[in-house]
Amino acid sequence: MAKRAAPEVNAGSMADIAFLLLIFFLVTTTIPKDSGINRKLPPIDDSEVEPPIIKQKNIFTVLLNKNDQLLVEDEPMQIKDLRQAAVEFLDNGGGTDNNGNTCDYCQGKKDPNSSDHPDKAIISLKNDRETSYAAYIAVQNELVAAYNILRNRRALELGPQKGFNDMDFIKMQNNQKDVRWTGNKEKLKEVIDQIKLEIPQKLSEVVE
Amino acid sequence: MSKFKKKKDGGLPPVNTASLPDIVFMLLFFFMVATVMREDTLFIQNQLPLADQVEKLDKKYPVSYIYMGKPSENYKKFGTVARIQLNDKFADVSEVGRFIDAERLALREELIPFLTVSLKVDKEANMGIVGDVKQELRKVNALKINYTTGIGDALSNIK
Repeated sequence: MAKRAAPEVNAGSMADIAFLLLIFFLVTTTIPKDSGINRKLPPIDDSEVEPPIIKQKNIFTVLLNKNDQLLVEDEPMQIKDLRQAAVEFLDNGGGTDNNGNTCDYCQGKKDPNSSDHPDKAIISLKNDRETSYAAYIAVQNELVAAYNILRNRRALELGPQKGFNDMDFIKMQNNQKDVRWTGNKEKLKEVIDQIKLEIPQKLSEVVE
Repeated sequence: MSKFKKKKDGGLPPVNTASLPDIVFMLLFFFMVATVMREDTLFIQNQLPLADQVEKLDKKYPVSYIYMGKPSENYKKFGTVARIQLNDKFADVSEVGRFIDAERLALREELIPFLTVSLKVDKEANMGIVGDVKQELRKVNALKINYTTGIGDALSNIK
């Protein structure tokens, strides 16, 4: 029997496949963006104004020594416990804020020896020159996480009243920035600002 | 003789290469889209620490980068202590202020207050140099900073 030559494969649709793939990748790839922890440095203050006296119980001291060991409120602590400790301190609500209001959204122990109000509670972070940057970032991360836990909880309480269901604080902020989000941005901003006001990030760093 | 001719007919047809350009173009476009241009050539080790409470660094507003870390393998002659890199050269702490001024000069005036300084610091660097840079930034009133990190479990930073 005579052997037939193999028929040539039709390559006409190859270009279509290539374009299909090209468009798929064009749509799905995102250029990686830098991300990190935003901080605002305090301006240099030359004025001789006496700093206001802050009660010791309203300050949560975090010390990070040159061996990357933590000392929180004069007690050694593992970094994994820092988040919970900071949440408990901020959420305590044992007293009143400057206007005499009690913290009605706090769920803490109301311990009179811990912070009075989230508005008054200050976290003070001190590090050594020899502290490693990685440890410093880990501590910063845990402290930001503590604030975020409380803000998220507050957002889930406050959101439904204002018509934003199932949105925690992080999601609210993302939606606020997202141009594709269809919702009342002004109203959302009000909620975000209220939460920021109720649980302000008061993180102070000691500069020697 | 006819026996040999028949064998020649039965050979494989050549592979069609008409679609090769398409494939090449596809790859080209893919890499064109997906690659990020590095702003600076790094002379230093720059392995960022990890964190999970991060916010995206918005490119909507101007960003200046300050790198810190110990000189990398090829630049060992500059020592093993963490150093600052501004643009394409090593710099001293005192040069940070001038660097920020230069960055501000290149900006439109209304954007100057929004300038964010991204600190890309190697995770092995210590806080001394970072603290010095922060102090310099305060002096020139560049107060918005971002500790640029990778995304991951922050607790893994401390062994």
